[in-house]
Amino acid sequence: MASIADFAAAQKPIYHQERPSKTGLLDWLTTVDHKKIGILYGGAGLFWLLIGGLEALLFRIQLARPDQHIFVGDTFNGLVTMHATTMVFLAVMPMIAGFSNYFVPLMIGARDVAFPRMNAFSWWTFFAGSLTINASLLFCGAFPAAGWTGYAPLTTRDFSGMPIDFWWAGLTLLAVSSMVAGVNFVVTILNLRAPGMTLMRVPVLAWMMLVIQFLLAFSFPPVAVGLILLAFDRTFGTVFYATNMGGDPHLWQHLFWLFGHPEVYVLILPSMGIVSEILPVFTRRPLFGHHAVIFSGVFIGFVGFGVWGHHMFTAGMGPIADAAFASTTAIVAIPTGVKIFNWIGTMYNSKMTFPTAMLFAISFIPMFTLGGLSGMMHASPPLDLQQHDTYFVVAHFHYVLVGGALQGLFAGFYFYLPKITGKLMNETLGKIHFWVFLIGFNVTFFPMHMLGNHGMPRRIYTYPADAGWNTENLIATSGVFLMTFATLVFVYNLLTSLKKGKDAGSDPWDANTLEWMTTSPPPVHNFDFTPVVLSERPLWDHKYTPGFEIPVPEKAEEIHMPSPSWKPMWVSGSAGLIIVGLLTFNGVFGIPGWPLCIAGALGIIFSVYAWVTEPV
Amino acid sequence: MSAHAENLTHDDAHGHESHGALSENNFLGLPNIKLAMWAFLGSECMFFGSLIGTYFFYHGNSLGGPLPKDVFSIGITSISTFLLLMSSLTMALAVDAMKQQKPLTARTFILITAALGACFVGFQVVEFHEFYTEKHLVFAGANASLFGSTFYTMTGFHGTHVTVGVIWLLIMSVLITKKKLVPGKEAVNVEVMGLYWHFVDIVWIVIFTFVYLLEFLK
Repeated sequence: MASIADFAAAQKPIYHQERPSKTGLLDWLTTVDHKKIGILYGGAGLFWLLIGGLEALLFRIQLARPDQHIFVGDTFNGLVTMHATTMVFLAVMPMIAGFSNYFVPLMIGARDVAFPRMNAFSWWTFFAGSLTINASLLFCGAFPAAGWTGYAPLTTRDFSGMPIDFWWAGLTLLAVSSMVAGVNFVVTILNLRAPGMTLMRVPVLAWMMLVIQFLLAFSFPPVAVGLILLAFDRTFGTVFYATNMGGDPHLWQHLFWLFGHPEVYVLILPSMGIVSEILPVFTRRPLFGHHAVIFSGVFIGFVGFGVWGHHMFTAGMGPIADAAFASTTAIVAIPTGVKIFNWIGTMYNSKMTFPTAMLFAISFIPMFTLGGLSGMMHASPPLDLQQHDTYFVVAHFHYVLVGGALQGLFAGFYFYLPKITGKLMNETLGKIHFWVFLIGFNVTFFPMHMLGNHGMPRRIYTYPADAGWNTENLIATSGVFLMTFATLVFVYNLLTSLKKGKDAGSDPWDANTLEWMTTSPPPVHNFDFTPVVLSERPLWDHKYTPGFEIPVPEKAEEIHMPSPSWKPMWVSGSAGLIIVGLLTFNGVFGIPGWPLCIAGALGIIFSVYAWVTEPV
Repeated sequence: MSAHAENLTHDDAHGHESHGALSENNFLGLPNIKLAMWAFLGSECMFFGSLIGTYFFYHGNSLGGPLPKDVFSIGITSISTFLLLMSSLTMALAVDAMKQQKPLTARTFILITAALGACFVGFQVVEFHEFYTEKHLVFAGANASLFGSTFYTMTGFHGTHVTVGVIWLLIMSVLITKKKLVPGKEAVNVEVMGLYWHFVDIVWIVIFTFVYLLEFLK
């Protein structure tokens, strides 16, 4: 059992780099280390989570009482649009990317991702995209205000101003970033597994990450096409979304939701994976129906491409399409139910402990189930016609995305952060965070079910006092303050744990999987020797099952680690230049932007040449 | 960063040849880059699927401007299609030569492939010019039609992919000349390029068949 530590002490494993890593700020700019890029993604995600939460707080204050005029018209629409855009693309997705970057290579026993520089490229392109979307506030003094779904022709030049240009530009960069990351991680998870880690021995979280990487790679192209057509309409005057030229508003909806629904599963599957990792650790038993949980996740990923039409029941697709999408949507309940029963089966009659990570993981199950049940109602077109664009839908997807995705990510933070920082987070503060957040979340979103059924539409900035919506709106807004307080407690806890936290050691939870085998934080090369995987729970069996000890090699292996590189940033910057060129294509102050497009294209060719000839 | 890093950077045991082998794990026995190309091509299928889907979604919806039958000239486009199909043959020969340790033969075939690809793009430029000036098929602006916008966008993105392929081939021939791309372990780079090239070719077969030829189906 002590042999792994003995090996580290005796062998002093060393690694080779073509060029040494830089130090300080330059290190963060040039790093290709999956752990550092994971921290960058996670940090950015947390930052935008706070910004997106602030936006929600502002428009909930506007909605607290009837007939208020604090944020009206496009200001309100901008806050709503940016709240959703920020939460989906800039908060939850990068947090998922953070977990996937940091932990997937560790979980599968690899030293880095398959293409470390492409990984850095994904990060810098994401970074550029996140700034571009929000830059509209700086350059136009207003946020994009057409809703996060950006329905064309509402987003065409006839109906929306400059901020929408920043919106499509930023989202296009995010789409490129996600597609590249998807390809990179598909290869990583399939090909960089440690010896002996057959597909059924891949940890459930890594499996769910594999599923979402396929979803990212295959679902972003349709929305990228939709955004490109929108950009062409707005920049060059093409007529894709021009209804007076025969254009059809369905086009954008199809392209967007063919991306948009798989995207929902991109947001939820990693949290399901996190819960599937945490429950076995704190129940001290294997995951009930381990293979069924994996296969149901894969099944959700497949079906995810066949259900997008349920967002469009009110758009007039016709009865055959409505019926088909209603059936496929109902099918999603089956694999989801399989997962829920397996989680309950894991916990049933077990000797559980309840640290904060476990509390969030447990509360994920009923909260997500509530969101799932109201979702099933929307699978029925007649019911959906009643509920479409009401607060009932808002309640539904917040139960799925906050009660589900975000709670799962919080569970992940408490569980996995000690591996990143080497310090445990404070449990008392953690429990305050958990209970206040859980109560605040339900106080905010449960009344919205009632509001929706009483007919309050989404995306209205105020309502008359005699509409009968006053009490529920006031309750909902008060809940937001509880959630805000809880989130600030979490951030405080996280920051103070960096200095004051108790040392975590390599395996604070007595866990199952490979990432807990190495030190906290892990060394640059992750593992002193490549672990050989003998079971579904390699570390657990190493510790407790005789005959399943992870074999320790006689001698240190040669370890080659990738070198730092500026090239990913060059390519991202050149891509950004093309986007800026398109934004200013028709001229700003009389200077046309198209030369920037040419410069960007040449920049990409030049930097890619430098990239492929650079020794790593 | 680890303190070990500093001592080791002067280690000359590893030359430039060692790049690519970042992790010794290779579970499927496939080179990473080949797997990545297959995943990327899956993504590209969705991309071109959306573009071609948009074209057919709007087929027959144009309120003005010429119709597809008015502008297409199958004869000319057949020639450029033939050139692109032949470039797939030379690409396959280049991959084969690289596998047989003949980098200079591979370079010759790569350059022929690039030339054929460039010819295809040239034909497309001429075709676009003719459609615009003589057949009045307009991409954007006051006289634009849905057929114009969807046709130019779809075929334009395909042409862009061919152009990217041509640049990629040219870079590859430079790398072979400079002996930075050598047979053996790196032959797979040419093979991966070949996968991309054949894919772009197949997309054109789909477009030529469904967009051009089916217009004339009686």
